[in-house]
Amino acid sequence: MLILKCPYCGVEAEETELTAGGEAHLKRFGPGSSDDEFHDYLFTRENPKGVHFERWRHANGCGKWFHAARCTQTLEVFGTYSAQTTEPPQEIKDKIAAKRPGWTWREFS
Amino acid sequence: MKRYSAFAVVREALRFHTGWERAWRSPEPKRRYDAIIIGAGGHGLATAYYLGKNYGITNVAILEKGWLGGGNTGRNTTIIRSNYLQDPSAAIYEKARSLYETMSQDVNYNIMFSPRGVIMLAQTEHEVRGYKRTAHANALQGVATEWIEPARVKELVPIINLQGPRYPVLGGLWQARGGTARHDAVAWGYARACSDMGMDIIQKCEVTGVRTEAGCVVGVDTNKGAIDCDKLGMVVAGHSSVLSNMAGFRLPMESVALQALVSEPIKPCMDVVVMANTVHGYLSQSDKGEMVIGGGTDAFNNYTQRGSFHHVEETVRALNETFPMLSRLKMLRQWGGIVDVTGDRSPIISSTPVGGCFVNCGWGTGGFKAIPGSGWAMAELMATGHSKLAEEFTMTRFREGKFIDESVAAGVAH
Repeated sequence: MLILKCPYCGVEAEETELTAGGEAHLKRFGPGSSDDEFHDYLFTRENPKGVHFERWRHANGCGKWFHAARCTQTLEVFGTYSAQTTEPPQEIKDKIAAKRPGWTWREFS
Repeated sequence: MKRYSAFAVVREALRFHTGWERAWRSPEPKRRYDAIIIGAGGHGLATAYYLGKNYGITNVAILEKGWLGGGNTGRNTTIIRSNYLQDPSAAIYEKARSLYETMSQDVNYNIMFSPRGVIMLAQTEHEVRGYKRTAHANALQGVATEWIEPARVKELVPIINLQGPRYPVLGGLWQARGGTARHDAVAWGYARACSDMGMDIIQKCEVTGVRTEAGCVVGVDTNKGAIDCDKLGMVVAGHSSVLSNMAGFRLPMESVALQALVSEPIKPCMDVVVMANTVHGYLSQSDKGEMVIGGGTDAFNNYTQRGSFHHVEETVRALNETFPMLSRLKMLRQWGGIVDVTGDRSPIISSTPVGGCFVNCGWGTGGFKAIPGSGWAMAELMATGHSKLAEEFTMTRFREGKFIDESVAAGVAH
C-alpha cells in the first residue's frame, strides 16, 4: 500500500487515509486566456511513465492538501512537500536527479 | 492457412495432431510498410484486420513491445454490452457487439462468444431513474435493452440477495444480447487472420521514437531498427501518452491501474453477467467455473500493472452483501492492467496534429467490448480519412466542449 508522509501534520498516512488530486503544478488559465491554453489547463496531462508530481489531500486526517513526487513506473516515493509552492523544493529535485540520471525539472504546462 | 473445422479436428486426431500449423508467422520487420499499427492487443489487431478486409491494405506491420494480447486484452473481465446513453457511444459499442456475434465465422476462430445477457443492477433511486432513461435512449438508438423489476432479476440470478440492507436491488437494465467472449481468442483470431492476409505481426518490438518530416509521419524507430511507413496507428491503451510524446503531441489522458480477480472454480450457479455499479463490482462465471470479478480503478497515475489491495477488499466486501454465497469462496488470482482514462471517460479515435498519424485510445475501463467496432472505425479513419462511427470521438472535442459524457451516464464500471 502506498504510504505518504503528510508534510503538515507529520503523519505517515496510508493510501486509504488520502485522496488523490491529480497532477500538480498546473498553471491555471482563466478568463482572457486562449482556447488552447484553457484546454491544456483543464484536460491535457503529462501522464509520465516515471517521475510524477501530484496533489494529495490528507482527507481522513488533518485535511490539508500537499504535493508528492512519485515514480509511476516503480511506485517509489521521492518525497512530499507543501502545496504552497509553484515548483518542488530543491532537495526533492536533487534527490530525483540522483536516482534518475538525466532527469531535469521542466516547466509543466 | 488451413481452415479450422470439425473435419480438421478429426483429421488431426487420426494423425496424432502433427498437422496443425502455427496460427501466425513471426517474421523480421521489412524496411517499409504502407501502414504500421503500434500495439498488438485487441484494438490494434482489429484495426489491422479491417484495414485488410474492408480496404485491401495488407502491407501492414503490427508492432508489439511485449507479447500479442498480453496487455489489457488478456486482463479484462470479457464483458460485452452496448447499453450506453449517448448516441455516439451506443453506435460504436452496438457495432462492436453485432460484429462479435459473427466473428467466429468471420475469422475462422472460435472466440466463444456467449450472448448470455447482461444485467446492470439499480441499487439506488438515482440508478433506477438513470437506467430507465438509458432503456428509453437505447430504444431510440436501436439497442435492445429493457428495464426489469426485482422479481425478474431474481429469476435470472437466483443467487442474488434482493434485500440487502445497504444496497437493496430495485431493478435492473437488461440487455439479453450482451454477454462474454474468450478474450485471448479475440486477439488470437484476429492475429491469425491478419497473418493470413500477409500482415507482419512483430512481437518484442518496442517503438522508441516516431520519425516525422514536414509535420508528417515517415516511420518509427524500434529496438529492431527503423521502419518506414506512410500511415501510423497508435493503439496502445495505457502507454498512449508515452507514444504521443514521441510524436510530439500530448493527449487529454491519465493512466491508472484497474484490477480484477477470480475465485476458485465452482459448479454453474450464474448464467448471466451482473454489474453492480453502485458498489463498484461486476461478476460473471467463466466456463471453467471461476467467478470473475472486476473492481475499481486506483485514483493515482500508475504504470506498474499492480493495483492497490484495498480496492479488492472494497469490491469483494460490497459484492458479498448482494451475493452472500461469495463469502464462502477463496479468491485464486488477482491482477491489474493499466487503463487510459480521458477527461470525459470516452475513447479517442482521431487524426492527430501529426500528418498520417492516427490514435485510438482512451477506452479506459471498458475497451474489450468495443474491440471489433473500434477496429472497424479506426481502419475506416486510417484508410479514408473519415469515419462516421468515429467522428464524435476526436481528440479536439475537449477543446470544443463536445464531450461524450459517459462517466455520468453509463456509470463507472465496465
